[in-house]
Amino acid sequence: MITKRIIPCLDVRNGRVVKGVNFEGLKDVDSPVSLAEYYTNAGADELVFYDITASAEGREIFTDILKETAKHVFIPLTVGGGINTLADFERVLSAGADKVSVNSGAIRNPELVPEAAKRYGSQCVVISADVKRVDGVFHVFAKGGRVDTGMEGVEWIKRCTENGAGEVVLNSIDTDGVKQGFDLEMLQAVSDVVDVPVIASGGAGCIGDFITLFKALPKVDAGLAASIFHFGEVKIRDLKLAMKDAGIPARIV
Amino acid sequence: MIAIIDYGVGNLFSLQSSFAAIGEEAVVTGEEAVIRAADKVILPGVGAFRDAAKKLTDSRLFTVVKEVAAEGKPLLGICLGMQLLFERSFEDGVYEGLGLLKGEVRPIKDVIPADLKIPQIGWNTLKFTKESALFRGLSEEDAVYFVHSYAAMDAPDVSAVTEYGADLAAAAEKGNVYGCQFHPEKSGNVGLRILKNFAELKI
Repeated sequence: MITKRIIPCLDVRNGRVVKGVNFEGLKDVDSPVSLAEYYTNAGADELVFYDITASAEGREIFTDILKETAKHVFIPLTVGGGINTLADFERVLSAGADKVSVNSGAIRNPELVPEAAKRYGSQCVVISADVKRVDGVFHVFAKGGRVDTGMEGVEWIKRCTENGAGEVVLNSIDTDGVKQGFDLEMLQAVSDVVDVPVIASGGAGCIGDFITLFKALPKVDAGLAASIFHFGEVKIRDLKLAMKDAGIPARIV
Repeated sequence: MIAIIDYGVGNLFSLQSSFAAIGEEAVVTGEEAVIRAADKVILPGVGAFRDAAKKLTDSRLFTVVKEVAAEGKPLLGICLGMQLLFERSFEDGVYEGLGLLKGEVRPIKDVIPADLKIPQIGWNTLKFTKESALFRGLSEEDAVYFVHSYAAMDAPDVSAVTEYGADLAAAAEKGNVYGCQFHPEKSGNVGLRILKNFAELKI
């Protein structure tokens, strides 16, 4: 039976993991490579590297780090952040990424998703959307959630999948950082209309939030989180065991 | 030495790195001489069957792969590379495969319930249908990583299936010819064990 995936997300700036982390037995917690290895051994099903670098040198360092990680980590790697052109796809794919996640780049250039899907296949194009309620309507936000595009979120995501995106990361700005659980209403609205995997992001605060997510929305395929994993508030192994106990298919290593 | 065939299909960085990680020498090559000189051969592949089959034919490697397999050299097809081992594929038309294994590649949507997503993306477990040296040290609890919309059907040499609304061909083996529908190079330690098992096959 196919398992529900648990995906830690690492924000990387100038080659270092941002949001200091604290792990027993892990010397260099800011090193993306060691943290990626740590998570792999703990049973993460996939990793997301999010490049929040602004400079060109930073981007180069990121690519080198990615290569180094791909030499040591043998689970799927998704890369996002600063993906605006097919050249960006090429850069991260040749450095070892398996999937590429586009956000603002797809909003700015509507041809990016279809062109990338045509060249690299839908399986490696992930549409990542930051969505927030504005007067009761789901709006897509650009530039790291700072700019309201005015576009309706569910429709936008649906269109991206019809144009070739093979997976959706739905990040609810409303629940992000609140740690009171995933945005089930928003996730339901999206998973009802797309037929590709949906990855829930934003709002997980404890193991129970993941259990609730997968129980309430069987169509959601994966849960993504950052700080609760980095700070050890949720240990991936414990989460997987709890999922198994709750009858949710989970991969335990 | 293991030759990973480079015929312009997909990214071979992880595959090569995974052999390095288990201490096995593997080279990525499109050169006929290197492939012929190798002890073992890997046929990778992602994307569309038709494009991959065409690239293999255009680079004259189609015949080379058939010949090295006929010589008895261990050959492992991965993902689309496994599908290419069969007689034909029905992906967007009908296209000839290498014909090293009996069977056809067909859309999984023909055999799974309509509410399941296509492609199958993610970690799924294996059910072994025959004994295989590739699975030495593995159990049916172990999961491997799949990304596929097509699978081999009517294939008597299937060695493992995976349950996704139906039992889908996950691996095949006949003599020296092996195939994995999943990506061992993306399947953590379980995947590395499979690659190690392949690397250690006695010739």
